[in-house]
Amino acid sequence: MIEKSLVLVGHGMVGQRFLEALFEQPAAGQPHRWRVTVLAEESRPAYDRVHLTSWFSGTSAEELTLCPPGFIEQHGIDLRLGDPATTIDRGARTVTTRSGAELRYDALVLATGSYPFVPPVPGHDAAGCHVYRTIEDLEAITASAQHATIGVVVGGGLLGLEAAGALRAMGLETHVVEFAPRLMALQVDDGGGAVLRRKIEDLGVHVHTGAGTQRIDADENGRARTMALSDGTDLAVDLVVFSAGVRPRDQLARDCGLPVGERGGIAVDEHCRTSDPHIWAIGECALAVDGRVYALVAPGYAMADTAARELAGTGAEFTGADTSTKLKLLGVDVASFGDALGTAEGALEVLYANSRAGIYKKLVVSADGRLLGGVLVGDAESYATLRPLAVGKSQLPGPAEQLLVPAADGRQGPLVLPDEAVVCSCHDVSKGTIRAAVSEQGMRTVPEVKKCTKAGTGCGSCVKLLGSIVTEELEAGGIEVARGLCEHFTHTRAELYEIVRVKGITGFSRLIDEHGSGEGCDICKPAVASILAALGNGHVLDGEQAALQDTNDHFLANLQRNGSYSVVPRIPGGEITPDGLITIGEIARDYGLYTKITGGQRIDLFGATVDQLPGIWRRLVDAGFESGHAYGKALRTVKSCVGRTWCRYGVQDSVALAIELELRYRGLRAPHKLKSAVSGCARECAEAQSKDFGVIATSEGWNLYVGGNGGTTPRHADLLAADLDHDTLIRTIDRFLMFYIRSADRLERTAPWLDRLEGGLDHLRAVVMDDSLGICAELDELMARHVETYEDEWAATLADPERVRRFVSFANAPGTPDPTVRFVHERDRIRPARPEEDGFPLAPALITGPAPEVRTR
Amino acid sequence: MSEANAPENAEHTVEVDDGRAWTPVCRYQDLLPGRGVAVLVGPQDEQVAVFRERGGAVHALANRDPFSGAHVISRGLLGSRGSVPVVISPMLKQAFDLRTGRCLDEDHAPDGSTAHLRVWPVRMVAATPAEVCR
Repeated sequence: MIEKSLVLVGHGMVGQRFLEALFEQPAAGQPHRWRVTVLAEESRPAYDRVHLTSWFSGTSAEELTLCPPGFIEQHGIDLRLGDPATTIDRGARTVTTRSGAELRYDALVLATGSYPFVPPVPGHDAAGCHVYRTIEDLEAITASAQHATIGVVVGGGLLGLEAAGALRAMGLETHVVEFAPRLMALQVDDGGGAVLRRKIEDLGVHVHTGAGTQRIDADENGRARTMALSDGTDLAVDLVVFSAGVRPRDQLARDCGLPVGERGGIAVDEHCRTSDPHIWAIGECALAVDGRVYALVAPGYAMADTAARELAGTGAEFTGADTSTKLKLLGVDVASFGDALGTAEGALEVLYANSRAGIYKKLVVSADGRLLGGVLVGDAESYATLRPLAVGKSQLPGPAEQLLVPAADGRQGPLVLPDEAVVCSCHDVSKGTIRAAVSEQGMRTVPEVKKCTKAGTGCGSCVKLLGSIVTEELEAGGIEVARGLCEHFTHTRAELYEIVRVKGITGFSRLIDEHGSGEGCDICKPAVASILAALGNGHVLDGEQAALQDTNDHFLANLQRNGSYSVVPRIPGGEITPDGLITIGEIARDYGLYTKITGGQRIDLFGATVDQLPGIWRRLVDAGFESGHAYGKALRTVKSCVGRTWCRYGVQDSVALAIELELRYRGLRAPHKLKSAVSGCARECAEAQSKDFGVIATSEGWNLYVGGNGGTTPRHADLLAADLDHDTLIRTIDRFLMFYIRSADRLERTAPWLDRLEGGLDHLRAVVMDDSLGICAELDELMARHVETYEDEWAATLADPERVRRFVSFANAPGTPDPTVRFVHERDRIRPARPEEDGFPLAPALITGPAPEVRTR
Repeated sequence: MSEANAPENAEHTVEVDDGRAWTPVCRYQDLLPGRGVAVLVGPQDEQVAVFRERGGAVHALANRDPFSGAHVISRGLLGSRGSVPVVISPMLKQAFDLRTGRCLDEDHAPDGSTAHLRVWPVRMVAATPAEVCR
């Protein structure tokens, strides 16, 4: 096959996407093979510029890379890093690079991107002035910030606000200067900008709108020191970040006489081809056929796909793109879709604004009642519903104002969507398909509908909407939607909690006899056990409570696949002495247990039989260890980084706080397990934003994040409050936890609970910080009682021979371990024997410590 | 007889028929209402799970969970499914009828065998605690 030369200028996000799309095209049917050379200006291959800001919170340059390992080699690409193109000779069809290399091309693709616009004010090049586009820029900003206390971001757009967030997180007093009269001028209108401004000011960022930068004055060392604004303000500065928009990098094209737009951008046709048939331009450097330069990644990718298909001979068109966006800036939801600013002729506006709650919503509708676009600030919940309507310029299904007012019953969202609206964009599933799955195929639950339609199995962002549609359809079909816990209780967990609390019920029998039916099951019994424990009803193995606990709680250990148990002692904050490590090691060695470091900075000991648990714990308790509650729906760990004490970057003592939190909340029973972490600086090494409650140190205090988790549906936590002092932080966490325990459903972690909570994060904040429900005194008292009455479950168990007596494999042969719990050796360690393997029981003869206290008769 | 009713006087011993004779396995009052214990029965030391319902009835079933192969049925929670009294395996949460040993969730275990727990005859007799230890 004939081989032709393709030169790609630029290896950014769009360039990389172009390469991937080009090599994805089926080889068959292509007139020739492309030998590709890539000329890259930067020293590293393409990386994710959209998530550049995450570099500040610890994402490494390697993690940001977009170029899969082996990709370049696999396709025989000649990637020349740090050697940008300098001139194009269209007559000779050659490109010259900075190093002097001259490359012939049959096809030339320009993906040079854009450059940050720096206003040409005096002093813009002083030391301490930066732009925000490359990893090198971020490295320079970090270095500058070490000696800075005040940072100013010029530009209040999306990137500017991200930069402001990064400066804020580095502990700088932060200002944003925006020339337009509002923030995010391209996406939101004046009303939305005002709400956004208030929210951002609440986070401690100073906002100056309608103000231009006039001059930057430097000190004798050439470092920026003051900034004069057009409104007469003089700001003291140490660090300046310019983020005042981008301009297409079209100089190469200009120099070789290719037509460019009036305000820049290489003019291309609908196939992304320039006026020269051998040259294409894609991404931010191109002026699309609709007369726009798209500085967003999605249209850039669409152009990359178009050019790749053209070059592979399959043909494609790019005529314009939807620029709808939904994002979370400094914790504030902002969405803009369709004709957000109402530029279409005859466009009308419908507004809803609630300054107190920080919510602003606007819909743009046509005179004949079609939805054209909109702006949502503070509550972008309805974006998923409204965007498809606006993109399709659909007729509004009802009065526009009803689409804006917060749904009182949570029902309006899906009802107003037309059947053809796409609910799951990952798998292209429409609302009609979901409804049909319920009404025609007889699906009754969300998991069934997911399995049947694939909806919600991609990114998962539509699952909530999916749930509402399924419930709606079931109710419309007259099918009762059971809300109760299980067949024995028609109440939800939250309702049962209230019943137990108000009536002072202390046992399962009374609860099920008075408020339920039957004998209970594996769903309601542990749920009730958790409620009783959360309301402080004594040891979990006492009285009737003992019969409610799942086997893990019953033996205060974790059941493993062969019937053996694992043991996790608490290691608060992950801090442990050498003696502590040695004790755990000796116990594991003496009992022959398998040891593994857990994700929560503790040590898990596997392979114990029920009979061995009291002996193991006797030694652990004697050495000062307590139960780690790994077996319970309770607080697990508060993970920490090493913090200011040792770390060069730390700004607070994260370990001390983590230990304090873990000791405060240890043993707290909850609807689901609870995980926490404390990071000593914005680098976030403890991964606090993936926890149910996470704390990140700032130079002025602590930022509290809630509702994060890993697992099947990972979710980053939301910022509940910033710069809290120690006592306010503890009080806020106390209330958050107790409010969650009180109102969450069974096995509902904080993330889905928060998503479900009516009014969301704002409501939660109002409840725990402003006492909007008037329940804080009660929540505080419940937590105080928990802290006062905490006792180590294992120490208490060992102190009572009646409790210890249950830890036998066989009631009629105490001291005989279960002979069917067998192990084999693997990698010099033990693991459970598989059914076809013979294995051996763990030999109790190895025990050298104090004899386990098991009463025999 | 696979199920014994609550004696009026709690000072009773639970006995299981191991195929040769009635064997005392534990004291009735050692059984927690709503929970079970494991005992060894017969010449082969077979593992049997003995349960006491909240209402007082006692049941004895095989201790091996056919789904995991682990001997853990005695550690399951008791409850009801409709009007059927059940024990729920702590491993993968299948429910078994306490009276018949039938699994209510699946007919077969992963190895193809019938998911059924053997039911052992059980009774209560007045006895002294000393008799229950082997």
